[in-house]
Amino acid sequence: MGMELGLRTAVAATVLCLATGGVQAAGNAEHPLTEHWSFNGIFGHYDRAEAQRGLQVFLEICAQCHGAKYLRYGDLADLGYDEDQIDAIAAQFEVEDGPDDEGEMFMRAARPTDTFPEPYANEKAAAAMNNGKAPPDLSLMVKARHDGANYIYALMTGYDEPPEELELSDGLTYNPYFPSHQIAMPQPLWGEDVEYADGTETSIEQEARDVVTFLAWASEPGMERRKNMGLKVMLFVLIMTGLFYATKRKVWKDVH
Amino acid sequence: MSDSSMFVRVGKWIDYRMPIFTMMNHAVVIYRTPRNLNYWWNFGSLAGLVLVIQLATGIVLAMHYTPHVEMAFDSTEHIMRDVNYGWLLRYVHANGAAAFFAVVYIHIFRGLYYGSYREPRELLWWLGIFILLAMMATAFMGYVLPWGQMSFWAATVITNLFSAIPLVGTDIVEWMWGGFAVGNPTLQRFYSLHYLLPFVIVALVVLHLWALHRFGSNNPIGIETKGDKDTLPFHPYYTVKDLYGVGVFFIAFFAFVFFAPNYMGHPDNYIPADPLVTPSHIVPEWYFLPFYAILRSATFDVWFLSAKLIGVILMFASILILLALPWLDRSPVRSARFRPVYKYMFWILVTDSIILGIVGGKVPSDPVFSGTDGFQYVHLGQIATLYYFVHFVVFVPLLSRFEQTRPVPTSLSEPVLKSGAGGTA
Repeated sequence: MGMELGLRTAVAATVLCLATGGVQAAGNAEHPLTEHWSFNGIFGHYDRAEAQRGLQVFLEICAQCHGAKYLRYGDLADLGYDEDQIDAIAAQFEVEDGPDDEGEMFMRAARPTDTFPEPYANEKAAAAMNNGKAPPDLSLMVKARHDGANYIYALMTGYDEPPEELELSDGLTYNPYFPSHQIAMPQPLWGEDVEYADGTETSIEQEARDVVTFLAWASEPGMERRKNMGLKVMLFVLIMTGLFYATKRKVWKDVH
Repeated sequence: MSDSSMFVRVGKWIDYRMPIFTMMNHAVVIYRTPRNLNYWWNFGSLAGLVLVIQLATGIVLAMHYTPHVEMAFDSTEHIMRDVNYGWLLRYVHANGAAAFFAVVYIHIFRGLYYGSYREPRELLWWLGIFILLAMMATAFMGYVLPWGQMSFWAATVITNLFSAIPLVGTDIVEWMWGGFAVGNPTLQRFYSLHYLLPFVIVALVVLHLWALHRFGSNNPIGIETKGDKDTLPFHPYYTVKDLYGVGVFFIAFFAFVFFAPNYMGHPDNYIPADPLVTPSHIVPEWYFLPFYAILRSATFDVWFLSAKLIGVILMFASILILLALPWLDRSPVRSARFRPVYKYMFWILVTDSIILGIVGGKVPSDPVFSGTDGFQYVHLGQIATLYYFVHFVVFVPLLSRFEQTRPVPTSLSEPVLKSGAGGTA
């Protein structure tokens, strides 16, 4: 009977075992605050207004140093931009194309099928201009950090005066949410550095929130489709399982 | 009507020359199965289902993936973003690997509890262990393919284990790498083998089923069936029961796939592999954590054996010891249901394995109880590792001699017909 009674124990054990899969190196970084995000939960979606403002923050500030190479301008249709708007956004950027019929490379305005611009020619150039550390590509950043959305929000809003006993290395800035507390990226968001197209008042928190929503979308543009399909699949599987159970009961009725 | 009779006639024509339909009828329709199997017996068919899911999704993923160090990570993102339903294929495949291990571990522990490894099912048990070993190799190499940070460093750490082999270790590791470090040749051969090994698993599963059907399933009572009164035809009884199990499994599985697809993954694997940056904490997927803990619990040299080599030997021994189990356990009774002491030893072993899993995910030098430095996770891992082997090498043989077992029913239909005891199915 132990095995039968053990079912609940086993399930609990399995959950425990699975939980260890998410084990993280916490380092000595402060644990990020837990914000509420529109994309959390089984009904989660990307808040379009936040994501559009986030795109503006990304293009005007982050993109100075960071790429997002897995994004194409055309993907922005997801965020509610129409074709003309996407053409206009793409056209602000120049990309190298070619070779042409004379064998020459040439610059042209970006099109919706182009990926977001790379700010530096190569990683060495990027590192040389940024305290020796190349700014990482941001397309996957929200998925590439533990509790990524909260972490990035905390990092953006967490720049502070360093404590007295801390001796900062050359060119680094204090941020208690960064694993070593010393980050090569100087404070990027200041609260009055963008003028939102939709008139929203700017603050460091507002900009951080918006850019995180944008980056969450960038890391997985298909999330809304996934969760939508998931709800239908779960409903289907629940009904199917109920029917199987009823059939099982009926078939086995005479055996017990 | 003429269509259906035509259909039947063609079927008979084929069956006369190659009795494939007769064989299938014997294997999954009229196949006699113990009538008292409980739900723990569902996990074999679930493992078969997950294997098929892994093959189907894997074959399509292979059409879009590029096994090259410069392109593997990008092609994985290409699958996630550009391939129609590529995200679904990849998340099913990644979570399917975890589900495969979850299901197979339960399947193995069920065998341990009810003595399914005992004579005359030793070969069946052996084939199961070979399947587990092939699964582990497949899963490890599959995890390397996206070429993220954890992929690269897992490949580095695990292949480096073989350098512990005396004299030829370094040569073996370089031979495995195809160079002087984990690189493009390593990735390409892992991809090739990751595609090959699942078909080896299929072959082993066929043999596993062949051996199974020789004597049929063991059952919760642990005695052999005696005639039709003790058994039921597989169809419809166990086909419908297995389908119900599939439904319950899908509820859990799809909850992960659609709502927490990266829960079991590690965020570092969304960072492209970088040989120059070592992650602060290299951990395998959860299903390898107990073995990782055993590996790391060897911290001292013994004679000419380095700590590293001892760890590697212990890690492999923790699985290979299962091969000896049919001969270590000589109890007159198979099922733990009638073994009052073994029953508790079983659950202690389960707990021990979970503790090993927790230890495997921790930094070895971290204290178990925060605030006290003395007792670290590596120590807990050493105790749990020791207990694991003592269970099999000492407790199981001793129990089979000295345990006072309870009286075992003389036939399956006896407890089934009486109320209670066998009625959990």
